[in-house]
Amino acid sequence: MQTKPHFAFFDEGSKKEIRRATLKAVAIPGYQVPFASREMPIARGWGTGGLQLTLSLIGKKDVLKVIDQGADESVNAVSIKKLVRHTTGVALTDQTAEANIIQSRHRIPEEPLRDDQILVLQVPNPEPLRKVDAREYMTKRMHAEDDYSGAWLILFEQIIKYQKMTTGAAHPVYVNGRYVMAPSPIPRFDNPKMHASDALILLGAGREKKIYAVPPYTKVESLAFEDFPFTKESFQGKQCNLCGAEDVFLDEIINQATGDRIYQCNDTSYCVDRLNHSEEKEVENSYA
Amino acid sequence: MREQPILEVRNLQKQFGEGCRHCLDPETRQLEKNFCSYCGTVYAVHDVSFDLYPGEVLGVVGESGSGKSTMLQGLYFDTDLASGEVYINEPMLAGQNVLTLSSQQKRYIRNYIYGMVYQNPLDGLKMKFSSIGNIAEKMIAAGSRHVGDIEARSKTLLEDVHIPLRRMKEEPRNFSGGMQQRVQIAKALSNNPPILFLDEVTTGLDLSVQASVLDLIKQIQRELHISMIVVSHDLAVIRMLADRSIVMLNGTIIEKGLTDQILEDPQHEYTQQLVYSLL
Ligand SMILES: Nc1ncnc2c1ncn2[C@@H]1O[C@H](COP(=O)(O)OP(=O)(O)O)[C@@H](O)[C@H]1O
Ligand SMILES: [Mg+2]
Ligand SMILES: [Zn+2]
Repeated sequence: MQTKPHFAFFDEGSKKEIRRATLKAVAIPGYQVPFASREMPIARGWGTGGLQLTLSLIGKKDVLKVIDQGADESVNAVSIKKLVRHTTGVALTDQTAEANIIQSRHRIPEEPLRDDQILVLQVPNPEPLRKVDAREYMTKRMHAEDDYSGAWLILFEQIIKYQKMTTGAAHPVYVNGRYVMAPSPIPRFDNPKMHASDALILLGAGREKKIYAVPPYTKVESLAFEDFPFTKESFQGKQCNLCGAEDVFLDEIINQATGDRIYQCNDTSYCVDRLNHSEEKEVENSYA
Repeated sequence: MREQPILEVRNLQKQFGEGCRHCLDPETRQLEKNFCSYCGTVYAVHDVSFDLYPGEVLGVVGESGSGKSTMLQGLYFDTDLASGEVYINEPMLAGQNVLTLSSQQKRYIRNYIYGMVYQNPLDGLKMKFSSIGNIAEKMIAAGSRHVGDIEARSKTLLEDVHIPLRRMKEEPRNFSGGMQQRVQIAKALSNNPPILFLDEVTTGLDLSVQASVLDLIKQIQRELHISMIVVSHDLAVIRMLADRSIVMLNGTIIEKGLTDQILEDPQHEYTQQLVYSLL
């Protein structure tokens, strides 16, 4: 005889444990809370940290969106959605505005999030000081003592070697003026979206067994030097080839035939949404 | 009238191990050197007191295992001492036993008042960061957030310790032992600390390299008037650098005075051996 599977995969005790860690994370913005990361039917390193957060949060009426590097249809996003759907039956969506839980790898959606939404970010490497010291008890001590010279030293090294900060993704941030945090591998472009965000942002690292959080309206500053200020990736003068969007994170695509560079929204659902709206407008206009 | 010491060290105590009924009472304990043969406890530093005066070089000499490094690491807050008092003659620290301060305050002292050069460069340098980065670290720790300023100061220091600037981006693990010690010295000096600790800086270096590092230390003392504690098992090094010296044996100070006097007229039997072996 088979026992009835649990709603959202976990038994209630496991969910409570994850929620307790989450509450602690919200109470201490940017602080990495250890939790008993569970075995999942997908491999660690494929978003199990984010998935555990999502499963502990989700209720029957929730609507879930899952994105992987800006795309809702990637294999990884689809397998996470399947698992959640299978164990909860909740509604899924590609539309950022329709979702109240958004699990993401590598991006924060272009559409501004609201205070009734939760963003769950998957994190492979939660420790911003790992390069400074390989030993967990040493990095823990640095966090405890607010000793972040190592985090600036990493940036200093980049500037000395390459004349600029070369953190492509996961540029470290100071949260609430107290803890330095790795904002998961989002592009620098997305860092400012964390500052004073309307939505709660939760970050989960399955392999490293850590949960941390940026509560709504928290101060989030990207680390920088006085003479080397923080900058986002610049797409100035470029726009999406499909929807024409300008102030968004663009992927560069090289046209194999002509060798031309074209650009497209990295956030595919945002792009599709814009296209649909402009079509609707065209249709309206043509009937007017 | 004597000048006020910049550093007053009183009754430092450090042991490794719990102790037992045979060794807990300092009056009656019977040790083999610094070691209780019943329980294995090591009494590494026992009742060490001395003063360091502004601008002077104080030598600490003694055989290997006599407690010199443990004492220095205790002063630099690398190890917690069992007991003792340390006073620094700086306005904001006046009258406070700095051993009892919070870890934040101790970090402040390490970043602004102390410089440390370890015997083993692995303890003082991050081998996977550039040499200039290693020097920068201490300035960043002290609050500097201007790359241009940090870089300029680091370059000056590298030149002062005779490391060619074309090698500043190299990791110190590529460097010879003597160069690694120079990078450590540059780092230790970066925030103009009034007090510098040097632990066996020349031990293990070739003789010619030793001489150049010693020259560098003398030059620093002449030009910057930093107060230094120079630790070495080698009396020849102490003779070259230190105005006053203390001699340690089995964790305790057995003799102290002007270095010249100790060399000419050693009082303690152990010091006599040490001096005669130098001749
Ligand atoms: N971590 C430790 N655990 C146990 N004993 C130690 C430790 N560190 C040093 N000692 C002992 O303390 C004594 C003093 O060592 P140390 O301060 O390194 O001497 P020195 O620098 O004069 O050679 C030695 O007997 C040494 O074996
Ligand atoms: Mg030693
Ligand atoms: Zn004993």
